[in-house]
Amino acid sequence: MNLGYYPGCALHGSSNDYDQSLRATMGALGVTLAEVDDWICCGATAAHSLNHKLAVALPARNLALARQQGHEQMLAPCPLCSMQLLRAEQAMASDEKLRAEIEVIVEAPAGVGPRVLNLIQVFENAGLDRLKSAVKKPLKHVKAACYYGCLLVRPPAVTDFDDAEQPRSMEAVVAATGAATVEWNYKTECCGAGMTMASPETVLELSNRILSNAAAHGANCLVVACPMCHVNLDMKQAAIEKRFDVHYNLPIYYLSDLVGMALGLSASELGTQRHFVAELAAAKEA
Amino acid sequence: METTASFLPGAAAVESLSHTQISQCYQCGKCTAGCPVAEHMDSPPTRLIRLLQLGDVERALSSDSIWQCVSCQTCSTRCPKSVDCASILDALRQLAFERGTVSPSQHRTVIFQKAFLSNIRRHGRLNELELIALFKGEVFLRDRALPVLFEDADLAPKLQRRGKLHLVGEQVRDRGVVARIFARSLNGGAQ
Repeated sequence: MNLGYYPGCALHGSSNDYDQSLRATMGALGVTLAEVDDWICCGATAAHSLNHKLAVALPARNLALARQQGHEQMLAPCPLCSMQLLRAEQAMASDEKLRAEIEVIVEAPAGVGPRVLNLIQVFENAGLDRLKSAVKKPLKHVKAACYYGCLLVRPPAVTDFDDAEQPRSMEAVVAATGAATVEWNYKTECCGAGMTMASPETVLELSNRILSNAAAHGANCLVVACPMCHVNLDMKQAAIEKRFDVHYNLPIYYLSDLVGMALGLSASELGTQRHFVAELAAAKEA
Repeated sequence: METTASFLPGAAAVESLSHTQISQCYQCGKCTAGCPVAEHMDSPPTRLIRLLQLGDVERALSSDSIWQCVSCQTCSTRCPKSVDCASILDALRQLAFERGTVSPSQHRTVIFQKAFLSNIRRHGRLNELELIALFKGEVFLRDRALPVLFEDADLAPKLQRRGKLHLVGEQVRDRGVVARIFARSLNGGAQ
């Protein structure tokens, strides 16, 4: 399978462990990623908060680049990028005047596609049965709380993916690795997202709720498919523990980490040793 | 016809930017019930929409809550009347920013977002260290207080050790087009 790849700024920045992990895992699954040449930032929350037109134009430019480079499908592993790309596509499809205006703004014709995929969808398309039969090391020691956060599933009118309140798709991928998952309450609650710097207290409060609920339901790690969720739950976990006088020590894995581990990839191949919270000790017995 | 949305009076400007009908809201409160930060807000989502229905747009535009919103999209997802509340908050933020009615207590968030956009305009991609420097510098100049400069400073060496700190950020090749996209978008349209 050949896929266009829009990493977004986070995966080329401090979330480069996510980029490493999904590249390694896709390689092991035989999925070739072709990064969109000269892609630009999607504008993120800053654009959709401060300038509506910019929030359509920046993703529209990337969609046009991807089309010009022949990509019919494109992985956007950051759910915020993914939502902004889908939003721009839909806004232009439903408003002819806007589409004409955006074509001038971004100096490229609007068109159809590429189909924007999140990480879970790429695993689904690769085939969960195929994945299951490729597993070399079933993850018997893992009891994961699958954490979707906000934008993988919301707003459903834009993302059109899984159930917005009770998603199950990540659990299905994790189950294919031989790991167990827990039922819990906070799988679609917000971690504080891009408030990490602007309002650190918001992130500490919201992320603490998520970690505490996952721990209360017996999880020994959380699984995410979003760079910001990972930053807030992993990098900020020590600050959360200090602020609320609690102790979690819960490793935060990207979904591609678990799949890669099950396929036999090492920590240094996946980059999991670069997380802040130390990894789970692998199961001792075979 | 050529009037940009931002100069329309009152709630019409909000509706035009957010593509949603404010009159559809019947105040059931589901948006506020699901909002993860409502408890800290002066005007939680339900009340913001009521303010707009009553024509008190100024109060909505100067509220703290529009900048406390984490854009999680729960309000829009759960609205039984399909009011796109999250987009209404986007519209309110844009209008408050353009009209200079941002609540003084929320300036950190606005400084962050402005710094983010200026960073993207220059490089085409985010340069995290430059963003942090710009954000902290601006907050410091505004508050004349030192603590912001040291927030999370302990993380820098830890990020460095993990290969997550990039002293030199990335730039796209075609920065000209990025600058033109910004200029045209911020001027309200194509030209």
